[in-house]
Amino acid sequence: MTDDVSLAFADVSMIFADGTHALDGINFDVAQGEFVALVGPSGCGKSTLLRIASGLTENTGGLCEVDRSSIGYVFQDATLLPWRTVQRNVELLGELHEMDKGERARRASNAIELVGLSGHEAKYPKQLSGGMQMRVSVARSLVMDPKVFLFDEPFGALDEITRERLNDELLSLFRNEGFAGVFVTHSIAEAVFLSTRVITMSARPGRIISDIPVPFDYPRLPELRYDPRFAALCGEVSNSLKEAHA
Amino acid sequence: MTDVQGTAAVAPEVAARTAAMRAELERKSRREARLNWLAPIVMFGLIIALWYFISYVRMDAVRRRTALPPPHEIFTDGFFVWHERKGIRPILESLLVTGRVALIGLLISVVLGIAVAIAMNTAKWAEKSIFPYAVVLQVTPILALVPLLRNWFGFGISSRVVVCVLIAIFPVITNTLFGLQSAQARHHDLFSLHNVGPVTRLFKLELPGAMPAIFTGLRIAAGGCVIGAVVGDFFFRQGAIGVGRLLDNYQKDTRIPELITATICACIFGIVIFAFVGWLSNRMLRSWHDSVAGPT
Repeated sequence: MTDDVSLAFADVSMIFADGTHALDGINFDVAQGEFVALVGPSGCGKSTLLRIASGLTENTGGLCEVDRSSIGYVFQDATLLPWRTVQRNVELLGELHEMDKGERARRASNAIELVGLSGHEAKYPKQLSGGMQMRVSVARSLVMDPKVFLFDEPFGALDEITRERLNDELLSLFRNEGFAGVFVTHSIAEAVFLSTRVITMSARPGRIISDIPVPFDYPRLPELRYDPRFAALCGEVSNSLKEAHA
Repeated sequence: MTDVQGTAAVAPEVAARTAAMRAELERKSRREARLNWLAPIVMFGLIIALWYFISYVRMDAVRRRTALPPPHEIFTDGFFVWHERKGIRPILESLLVTGRVALIGLLISVVLGIAVAIAMNTAKWAEKSIFPYAVVLQVTPILALVPLLRNWFGFGISSRVVVCVLIAIFPVITNTLFGLQSAQARHHDLFSLHNVGPVTRLFKLELPGAMPAIFTGLRIAAGGCVIGAVVGDFFFRQGAIGVGRLLDNYQKDTRIPELITATICACIFGIVIFAFVGWLSNRMLRSWHDSVAGPT
C-alpha cells in the first residue's frame, strides 16, 4: 500500500456461510482526496464491500488493506440513539474513544455547525426530519476526523430535493476535510455528481465492470446537474450497468 | 373560476357549507370530551343506586348488617371514624405495613430481576439455563409454595416479601431481557466499529434502549407486588398486621362497613402505586420515546 492510498482491495472475494457468493475478484484502490462512488444493482455486494473495508465483516478471499485509525461510516439509516439529544449523539464516538470531555464537546459543536444544525443541539432524533437525522449521522462521524469515510446509500430514503442539498453539502465537506471517500448508491446522477470515479458493479457475485473517471473540477455547483457533459457521463455509467445485465 | 387566487371570493353556499362542517366537527369533539367524564360518573351513580336497592329492598335487617350494609355506612362506620381500634385508622396503619412489604419486594425484584436479565443477555448459557426455571416460577401457583415458605422463612414479614418477589421478578426479567436484546444490529455495528467492550455496550447502548421495556416490566411487577403483599398478609400472620390480615379479621367479626372500607383502601393503594410507576416512566421516557403511558 503506497503512502497516499487509504484503502486497497486486492482480489477480494466473499462467500457467506450460507454459500452466497457475494463478491468476486474485487480490485481497486482509493487514495487520500479521492471520492469513489459504487453503483450496481441491488444485492450486488456493495454494502458488503463497505463492511469488509470497515472490518465489520471478514472477507473470505484476497486482501483488503485500510487505514482504520479513523474510519467514518454512515449507514443506510441514521442509526442515532433515540434517547440522546443531537449534541450527545454527535459526542458518542468521542465518548467511546474516551476523549476528553471539553474536547469532545468542542468537536461536536464544530461538526454540528459544519452540517448546518446549529441551534438544534438539544433536540431528540424523533423531533428531526429524515434529512436532519442523516446530517446528525454525518456529523457524528466527522467528530473523529475520518481519513476514510464510507457511505452506505445514506440518502436513499430522502426526497429528491433534500438529497440534492445534502449532496451539495457533502461535497463541500469532502473539499474541506480531504478524506478518502467511498459512496454506495443506486442513483447514477448522485454517483457522478459526487465522485472523482464511478465504479460499476455486476449482479451477484459482485464484480467490477468499469471504473469511470469523472473529470469535473471541484467545487461542483448544483448547475452541473444540467450540464450536457454531465448527462453524457451519466449515460456512459448507465450503459455500462446495462451491459452487465444483458 | 378562472382566477386561481380567488379563494376570498368563494361562492356563499360553499362558504356556508364549510362553516357548517366545522361547527359539526366541533360539536362532535365536545360531545366526545363530555362522554369521557360523564360516562364513568353515571356508571358510578347506577352502581350506588343498585347497591341501595339490594341493601334496602332485597335484604332484611340481619342480612343488611352481615352481607351488604348501605353505601353511606361505609362512611359513617368506616372512612369518617378516627379511633385506635375502629374505622379508618387501623386500616391506614395496616396499609403502611403492607405497602412497606410491597415496596421492599418490588425493590428486590427490580434489582435482582435486572441483574439476572443482564447475566442472561451477556452469556447464552445463562439465558438457556435460567429461562425455563423462570417460566416454571411464573406458572407455579403461589399458594402451593406457602407451606414451604413457612418452613424456610417463618411466619412473619420476610415470607411476605418473598411472596412479592416470587410474583414480581418474572415480568422484570423477561421485559428487561427483551429490551436488552432489542438493540438494533446497526447500532451494534456502530459500536463494533469502535471496538467497544461489553460493559460500555451495556451501559451506552443496551440498557438505555431497554428502558421502555424495563418500565413495562416494572408496571406489571408493581401491581404484582401489591397483590403479593396482601396475599402474604393472609398466610404469614406474625409481626405487624397488614391489610390482608385486617380484611380477614373484619370478615370473621362481621364488621362489614370496615371490611368494605379496607377493600376500597387496598384498591386505592394499588392504583396509587400503579399510577406512580406510570408517571415515573412517562417522566423518564417522554423526551425520546413515543409509546409511553399506554393503558397497560
